[in-house]
Order: sequence, then structure tokens, then C-alpha cells
Amino acid sequence: MKNKSLVSINDLSKEEIYSILDLAEEFEKSPNPKLMEGKVVATLFYEPSTRTRLSFESAVNRLGGRVIGFSEASTSSVSKGESLKDTILTVANYSDLIVMRHPIEGSARYASEVSPVPIINAGDGANQHPTQTLLDLYSIRKTQGKLDNLKIVMVGDLKYGRTVHSLLMAMSRFGASFTFISPDELKMPKEYKMYLDELGLKYEEHSELAPNIKDADIVYMTRVQRERFSDPMEYEKVKNAYILRNHMLEGTKENMKVLHPLPRVNEINTDVDTSPKAYYFTQALNGVYTRMAIMALILGLK
Amino acid sequence: MKDKKHLSVSAIENGTVIDHIPAQNLFKVITILGLDKIPNQITFGTNLESKLLGKKAIVKIADKYFERDEINRIAIVAPHAKLNIIKNYEVAEKMLVEVPDQISGIVKCVNPKCITNAEDVTPKFKVVDKENVSLKCHYCEKITDQEHMQYL
Repeated sequence: MKNKSLVSINDLSKEEIYSILDLAEEFEKSPNPKLMEGKVVATLFYEPSTRTRLSFESAVNRLGGRVIGFSEASTSSVSKGESLKDTILTVANYSDLIVMRHPIEGSARYASEVSPVPIINAGDGANQHPTQTLLDLYSIRKTQGKLDNLKIVMVGDLKYGRTVHSLLMAMSRFGASFTFISPDELKMPKEYKMYLDELGLKYEEHSELAPNIKDADIVYMTRVQRERFSDPMEYEKVKNAYILRNHMLEGTKENMKVLHPLPRVNEINTDVDTSPKAYYFTQALNGVYTRMAIMALILGLK
Repeated sequence: MKDKKHLSVSAIENGTVIDHIPAQNLFKVITILGLDKIPNQITFGTNLESKLLGKKAIVKIADKYFERDEINRIAIVAPHAKLNIIKNYEVAEKMLVEVPDQISGIVKCVNPKCITNAEDVTPKFKVVDKENVSLKCHYCEKITDQEHMQYL
């Protein structure tokens, strides 16, 4: 992975995914190795993303590196009309690695083509967010002891949610089976189901939450967003159908864990937080180790 | 009574004849090949009867031959096009177009939020369906199908 950009989860081989997860595990045991001393990472956040940015900055700090950058475009030269290419070429002079969040889809791929230093995509519009997928994979492996042949239940906005799309693509490499739970308007897009069909992987689709999580290894919750519905009445009908409550976890598998990319609004009731099956805040912590591993490998420090 | 004047489209001595262009895509072919910008003599006919296409168009370009890559660019709008290479009034060679694996700089990405529609970036696509022609954007990974294709 040395000097390679990370734009899409599909850019990584299975071996590269394993090497990232193994190194993340090493960093979790020893979270402050000063491997990145003398290295500068630029974090270019063209749109606000508090969790992802802080997670990356925490990862750089734990590795002993330094961070420069901006957290919204209005405070950068972008507001003066500078092109993405010019910003990247300039910032590459000041840094060893660029982490970029941008609202325009495909911007990370383009940046990786013009940049002399590696680019890590921290989200390009609704397209890709590979480091989120890698921290999801790390969380799944850590809690299940493996990635192969797991039963993944995905809940909520399956139509627009980029995290579920990337996770589906990644987990399909490990022979997962899937249950999709969503309102009709937010069903998993056809191309992803066709992709699973081609691979011969099983999936089911349901609209009710509680009866369909009993045999899950992972329940991956996402927000159902009011603004996605053309008819507000339709939203009213489903909004309470996708609130995971503690009593619904009774009878689920012992190893089952609830994941969520965060931020949560009301789709996981706070009474779940104390359950040993709630894993979303630890999942966010895992993001730091995973991002440390990604940066260390790209910079050739490991 | 005056003699009727006929404007006959004569055979070309040397050049290329592109046949079996879907009539509705004639001007797209002209644009893609840049025929509107070259000084050669060009004649075209459209809405001609065709068993294969219903209505077809045909273009004759004098003193011009195309490279394989160049001509394959029209495959996305004229996948059944046939080329006759004319030398000294004779058909010297016949060619079929082939839909390429990748195309660049011909079609706009359908996604308004794609970087190619936001900055000065040449659109590039992988051809994911050669039969019905659908294109996957190299940058934003969205699919542009034939129905939504707009040409640069």
C-alpha cells in the first residue's frame, strides 16, 4: 500500500484489508507509537464532518505526526475560487499525505490522479467513504472473531446510505448473507442485489425490524431521514418501525452486535446503550486505530 | 417545360463511407468525429429506408480515413455502423465499429454532482454494457445509460 491513495474500498485486495486490520489490532494494544514523527498530514475538509475529522486528527496525533488543514471550505482559498487541482498541488507541497472530505462525487479519485502525495478519501459526496468501511470491518472482526460467513442485517436508509453500500461490497468478499430492512421508498438499490445474485450470496428483504434480527451476527443501523420521503405521511408510518429498543434484543444471538456509523438521532433508543450488544461507540474508537493503520501503511512506516 | 435539375450525390473517389447510422444519431456522429470542423467535402443523407434500423443515415467523407480508435468512438451512438474504405472509386475495405472498453471525452456524466461536471476534468468511463451501451464513470462510479447520454 506504500504511496498508494485510498479512494474506494474496491481499490483494496483482501490481503491489503487483512494487513490494515492486523496493524489496527497492533495499534489498539499500543496506541501511541511515535512512527510519524516529522510527518505532516493535511486534512482538507470541504464540508464539516466532526467525527471523521477528529478521528483522523486523533490518529495522526497518536502516531506522533502533525496536522494542518481546514475544516470548512469557507475558511480556505476555495472561497476565492481556487480549483481542487490547484489546492491539492499546493497543499501537497506542505504535507506527506492528504486526507480529504469533499461534497463532489469523484473528487477523491481526481485528486489522487493529480496529487504527488497519497490521498485518503474521507468521503466524496454520496460516493465512497472507505475508512468508515474499514473501521466497520475491524469492528466486525473484533466482535465476531472472523469476517467469513456472517449474517449481516442492514436497517434504515438502504437506498442512499453509502456506508451500507460499501459495507455490502466489502462483506460480500467474505461470503456474508444479508437481510435488508427498510421502508419501500428506501430499499437497497437493484444494482447491489444484482451484484449479490452474481456472487450467489443470499439476501432477504423485509419491512419490519424486530422479527428479523433474531439470527443476526451484526445489526447495522442507519438513520431514516425525513427529507428522503416524497410523502410525509409515508415517513410518519415508518419512523417508529425502525427504533431499536433494548427489549428487541431478547432472544438474539449472544455474539450479536449493534453497529451504527453515527451520528444517531432516534433510531437506537438510549436504553440499548447499556446492553453488551451495543457497540457503536466502541466502533467509533476503532476508527482511530484503523485510520492509524491506514496512514502508517500508506506512508511506508510499517 | 424546363428540365428538372438533379443534385446527384456522386460516389467519392477516395475516402470513407459510414453506413447504418441510426437516423436520429446522425448529428451526434458528426460531432463525435469532428466532421463539422474539417475542410473535407462531406455529404450525408438521412431518413433513408433500412431493414436493420428502420431509418438510417449515411455519411460520405472525401479524402479522409480514420484510425480504429477514432472510429470506435461512434460505437456508442451507432453500434451497427459499417465503414467502407474507398480507394479509386472501389471499396477497398469494409469495417465494423466495435464498442470500446473505455471512453474518454465524448459523453457527459449523468450525475450533476460528479467532479467532471464541477471542474475542468475530462469525463472517463468504463463501458459496462456493450449491447445497450451503459457507462460507469471513472470518477463518481455512477452509471450513465443510453437514454441519459449527453455528448460533449
